Amino acid sequence: MDAALLEMKDICKTFPGVKALDHVGITVRRGEVHALLGENGAGKSTLIKILGGIYVADSGEVWIDGKPADISSVDNSKREGISIVHQELCLCDNMTVAQNIFLGQEKKKALFCNDKEMNDEADRLLSTFGIQIGARDSLGGLTVAQQQMVELAKALSADARIIVMDEPTDTLTDREIQKLFEAIRTLRDKGVGIIYISHRMEEIFEIADTITVLRDGQFIGSLPVREANYHDLVTMLIGREMNDMFAALDNEVGETLLEARNINCGKQVVDCSFHLRKGEILGFYGLVGSGRTELMRTIFGVDRMQSGEIYYRGSKITVPNVQSALSYGINLVPEDRKVQGLVLIQSVGFNIVFGVLDKLYRGLRHDKKQERGTVAEYIRKLRIKTPSAEQAVQNLSGGNQQKVVLAKALATKPDVLILDEPTRGIDVGAKKEIYDIMSMLASEGVSIIMISSELPEVINMSNRIMVMYEGRIAGQLAGHEMTQENIIILATGGRKDDAS
Amino acid sequence: MHLEPKKAGWRQATAIQYLRENSGILIALLVLCVIFTINSPAFLTRVNMINVLRQISMNAIVAFGMTLVILLGGIDLSVGSIIAVSGCSSVILIVNGCPLWLGVLVGLAVGALFGFITGTIVAMAKLPPFIVTLAMMTIGRGIAYIFTGGKPTRFDAEAFNQIGNGYVGIIPIPVIIMLVTMVLCSVLLNKTMFGRHVYGVGGNRQAAKFSGIKIAKVEIAVYTICGLLAAVSGIIMASRLSGAQPTAGDGQELDAIAAVVLGGTSMSGGVGRIGGTIIGALIIGVLNNGMNLMHLSYYWQLVVKGLIILFAVYVDALKKDKTLERLFKKKRA
Repeated sequence: MDAALLEMKDICKTFPGVKALDHVGITVRRGEVHALLGENGAGKSTLIKILGGIYVADSGEVWIDGKPADISSVDNSKREGISIVHQELCLCDNMTVAQNIFLGQEKKKALFCNDKEMNDEADRLLSTFGIQIGARDSLGGLTVAQQQMVELAKALSADARIIVMDEPTDTLTDREIQKLFEAIRTLRDKGVGIIYISHRMEEIFEIADTITVLRDGQFIGSLPVREANYHDLVTMLIGREMNDMFAALDNEVGETLLEARNINCGKQVVDCSFHLRKGEILGFYGLVGSGRTELMRTIFGVDRMQSGEIYYRGSKITVPNVQSALSYGINLVPEDRKVQGLVLIQSVGFNIVFGVLDKLYRGLRHDKKQERGTVAEYIRKLRIKTPSAEQAVQNLSGGNQQKVVLAKALATKPDVLILDEPTRGIDVGAKKEIYDIMSMLASEGVSIIMISSELPEVINMSNRIMVMYEGRIAGQLAGHEMTQENIIILATGGRKDDAS
Repeated sequence: MHLEPKKAGWRQATAIQYLRENSGILIALLVLCVIFTINSPAFLTRVNMINVLRQISMNAIVAFGMTLVILLGGIDLSVGSIIAVSGCSSVILIVNGCPLWLGVLVGLAVGALFGFITGTIVAMAKLPPFIVTLAMMTIGRGIAYIFTGGKPTRFDAEAFNQIGNGYVGIIPIPVIIMLVTMVLCSVLLNKTMFGRHVYGVGGNRQAAKFSGIKIAKVEIAVYTICGLLAAVSGIIMASRLSGAQPTAGDGQELDAIAAVVLGGTSMSGGVGRIGGTIIGALIIGVLNNGMNLMHLSYYWQLVVKGLIILFAVYVDALKKDKTLERLFKKKRA
């Protein structure tokens, strides 16, 4: 057998506090569709970014066509024939198809662009995919699937030998996916190596020839797709060791407090129903883009609900805006603390009381004593490590920033607390503290909805789990059903009965 | 490790903190004063100092309003036109028999209304403030010409003249008005819930939204206050010009923005104080006055002023760069 088209060996990459990749390797042959699998945060995107020259690996080797390859920069990586089709397409809506394909590598006649040659060449490239797009069409008028074809044509025009597709089917309809698969097969038959990243198992079984699985930055295994089955793959994907991170939940679950019925909001939230009991921790699992965050934004009044009903304490309520959600005692800790949670340039104290200012001010009268009291109380209660309440939040560590966002929400004394990825990007110690706080709150009778992408977290910190898939509630798991396998099956579009 | 508490936009200001926070521009102001004192004997005299204060008062009042707008992450280019519209509407009403107090009140109301409209469009239609206020600037200037028929209307009744030219003791009335508005704005920003909302929305709009702050309300209020303050300045100017001038306040928005930026308020919002803006206005005023006393040609004065603003923005960018560096140091490594 001839040398592999691409061989990445022993790739390591460390970010402060995280070993993102630990001796990971992948081998792609000519004319092969190679699926790269892993949970959120398993290291897929880091590996791809190294391949694309966006990150430089700390150590490891990359061989292309049996020769060592230099992919230390985006330019070098392109020169080696590597092309990455990102999840968010990098195309210009205002330009034509041909202009997009040749952006940055325009064909010239003397000083001027040779539009004719570019248009002809673009038409030729597009025709290999057998699709009806003209080189002169405006890109903005195309569907997302068509735009993806343009992106593929662009990769081809740059003589790409290795094309990476990062979750290309996320926004596509079934028919569009079939079109895309035809295009991928065309490329494969031309001898191009394709690395295909997707969370959808059924797609991988349909299009991929080989599968490589990563978990926690480590290479777990690589196998031909014909030798793989659903259960083995799920076992490879999960099965991380558990430790005593999680406090045993001893909260008492009461009556139903909040019930959402048939909530709809855009494409991301379709007909979602669930209920939350008093003092309960309800986990929401789903892959990125499954609509968990969007559903909660709707409940919290950030996005306007298109249809559906919310019942709270037995009566129907409407939540047209955030203020109204807060008035019912519903609060949300957003997923990105820097973007939606904190005023970073302001102090810890400023942020903690930011949601309860109306209780501290009466006209010109400002109850400083109460403010200091509240701030001190939460710094102590959540053990926020800060030199003083005056410290700007941007100088705190991620874990302490997260505690400040949590304190801001708790200061409003919520009955329902929605936590969106409460432990994202914080270290293990801080994680444990957040879990303890959640457990304490639940014991105090606060009802918590926890959105999480981490399986151990969602399993160990929830009384019940809702799993979402493509904007819908895929299923509900409770008690002994709450296994990693069941969750993964629901989250990747399988049904509960698929589980053994 | 000892962490120097990073200065936060909202904090109880004490004298020492104030001096430390504004040390850069205070030194700049001092250096300018020294240069002008050496070069012109007329500079450091009581008469001239009072003169400088009166000259800066109109710009400072506008700049206080601009500080609020910029703190919010916006900008208001229409203040120059509001100066003209409010001054003209006041004068024309009074000339046509309206009582003085009512004319002045209507003038102020016109300015506030302009700001209210701007704020409403910015908040509701979610258009960029730069464009909205650019349009309001043109509209306002047009209305000022319509009101006056394009010609200055002379008006120099004694009582009206007093607003811009009178004194209480040795202090000119415009300076008193400036000090009063300064205190009011400062209290509003530092002592009220509204002030915190301004810093919060300017610091992180999304976080404010998630915290249940009514952003639209804050935005409308801020632009209204800015319009009102521009109108205050417009009436003082009309009084000093002894009549309605449709061209009054032309280019004033740039001086106001310059004072705010020199005063250390960040153009991206969330950081800044009224106490800085007043020093910014002083620097511009001292520059104008000193360069006049040194008989520097007006053309050169413009060049010097522009260079100084450029320098101030550069310093602001440097400061922000450091903040960003701190924020992303981990990721970059």
